[in-house]
Amino acid sequence: METTTSQILRVLERDARTPRPEIAAMVGVSVEEVERVIRECETSKAIRKYKTIVDWERLGEEGVVAFIDVQVSPAREVGFDDVAARIYRYPEVLSVHLVSGGHDLRVMVTGPTIREVAFFVAEKLATIDRVNSTATHFLLKRYKEDGEILVEPDEDRRLAVTP
Amino acid sequence: MRISRVVEALPPSGIRRFFDIVSQMQDVISLGVGEPDFVTPWRIRDAAIYSIERGYTQYTSNWGLLELRQEIARLLERRYGVSYRPDGEILVTVGVSEALDLALRAILNPGDEVLIPEPCYVSYSPGALLAGGVPVAVGSDAGTGFRVRMDALEAAVTPRTRAVLINYPNNPTGATLRRADLEGLAALAERHDLIVISDEIYAELSYEGEHVSFSSLPGMRDRTLLLNGFSKAFAMTGWRLGYAAGPPDLVGAMNKIHQYTMLCAPMTAQQAALEACRSGERDMEAMVAQYNERRRLFVKGLNEIGLDCLMPEGAFYVFPSIRSTGLTSEEFANALLSEERVAVVPGSVFGAGGEGHVRCSYAASLDNIREALTRMGRFVERRERRVELREPAGAAVAAR
Repeated sequence: METTTSQILRVLERDARTPRPEIAAMVGVSVEEVERVIRECETSKAIRKYKTIVDWERLGEEGVVAFIDVQVSPAREVGFDDVAARIYRYPEVLSVHLVSGGHDLRVMVTGPTIREVAFFVAEKLATIDRVNSTATHFLLKRYKEDGEILVEPDEDRRLAVTP
Repeated sequence: MRISRVVEALPPSGIRRFFDIVSQMQDVISLGVGEPDFVTPWRIRDAAIYSIERGYTQYTSNWGLLELRQEIARLLERRYGVSYRPDGEILVTVGVSEALDLALRAILNPGDEVLIPEPCYVSYSPGALLAGGVPVAVGSDAGTGFRVRMDALEAAVTPRTRAVLINYPNNPTGATLRRADLEGLAALAERHDLIVISDEIYAELSYEGEHVSFSSLPGMRDRTLLLNGFSKAFAMTGWRLGYAAGPPDLVGAMNKIHQYTMLCAPMTAQQAALEACRSGERDMEAMVAQYNERRRLFVKGLNEIGLDCLMPEGAFYVFPSIRSTGLTSEEFANALLSEERVAVVPGSVFGAGGEGHVRCSYAASLDNIREALTRMGRFVERRERRVELREPAGAAVAAR
């Protein structure tokens, strides 16, 4: 059985704007308890932030996104952390993950045009000490993001009344 | 054309009639649906597609794929602590509907009686009639949480009674039986030498504690036919796959009918079910968790707008009382549909004890549940005002 806290967080994860009284009803606890749990999670940073998933494509304002595979020589004491920090501090960097396999860091970068992203990679990323190589993959189509399938309509194919 | 007297006499399904009205309307929020709003989890669909690609397109054994029966045996053991041999004690059927039909035909001689606690799924009585039996309805009401009373069952037993057909968690009420009820029923079955057909299709959708399978009760395995399937738990209604587990003589008799009528359940659906047993449980639990959230939200909402309902303990239905509106369940459902475009199913179609209630399914998105509650709230408020206007002022005050 899941704890009350994780039940509440699961509801919020699906829709951060779910009204508190509704969450209370869904999880089967008081509104005060819901508020207390949420406050606690906010304080402990278990809840990092509330954001909006925007489909910029629909506004015709979609920028460019690229995934960049970075090979790094690790260093004594710090491993990859110092290089990661030099990368994640740039605001155009959306995410940085250390991964296993043929390369070390997987970086997601955004920018207004392909040219700007490419220059960012060539001038900022590739020139960092101990970065041996980069491979840039531009995002062409989003199929699924954060657990949401973006390309299939939600259709209810059920008959209206069934036994 | 001349049609058999038995079939002529069967009443048409009340749900069907209602469906015909609903299907001609636009913008309806339907809470009348008896199936999950999730599609079958992808890993299950994928396994079925893959099986077609590999050429698994043949008949299977009448009993169903041995591998599937082995997995079903494991699942029953793991989840409900009941053990059945894959060989001779488990029969894979085309949904629980087929299993039920086979069971009734296998056990009933003409004129034999079957006790059927109501409200219940619409096919039970017709199923008994088609098998040449006599359905004996035993009503239950909100007073006992729609759990059938054992003294009422007892009173309905005659020398012709052969079986009791139970369905808990229940469609349409969401009721489950308590341990004491189950033990009472076991004693009754023992006393009168009855077979208990236990339709446990909603077993996995139990929200308050673990489901107790009737056959797990001491001494009951030999007189219980356990029916379950994949439709509700794994969102697989359209695959039509269920199974029966029980004593070998009964299951063997059912297989005899099955081999002459259905031959076997469809291969592709069996392949899908195999995957459901092997790796579908996590997907299933995620769906159950969401039903549970909706259940609590919906029940609270219904009570707040003045439609009293008990907290259902299983399935995905709420069965609120609509008596405060002064309407019959059919009037309520029709008026709600035409005035607010929300479809619910009149309780009267589910038999004795169903009148005065409507069945609402919460296998619907949260947005639809919220919108349905708003519309139903408006509807109820209008009705209550009308009821008050009709009553003399003094009576309305006194009733408060």
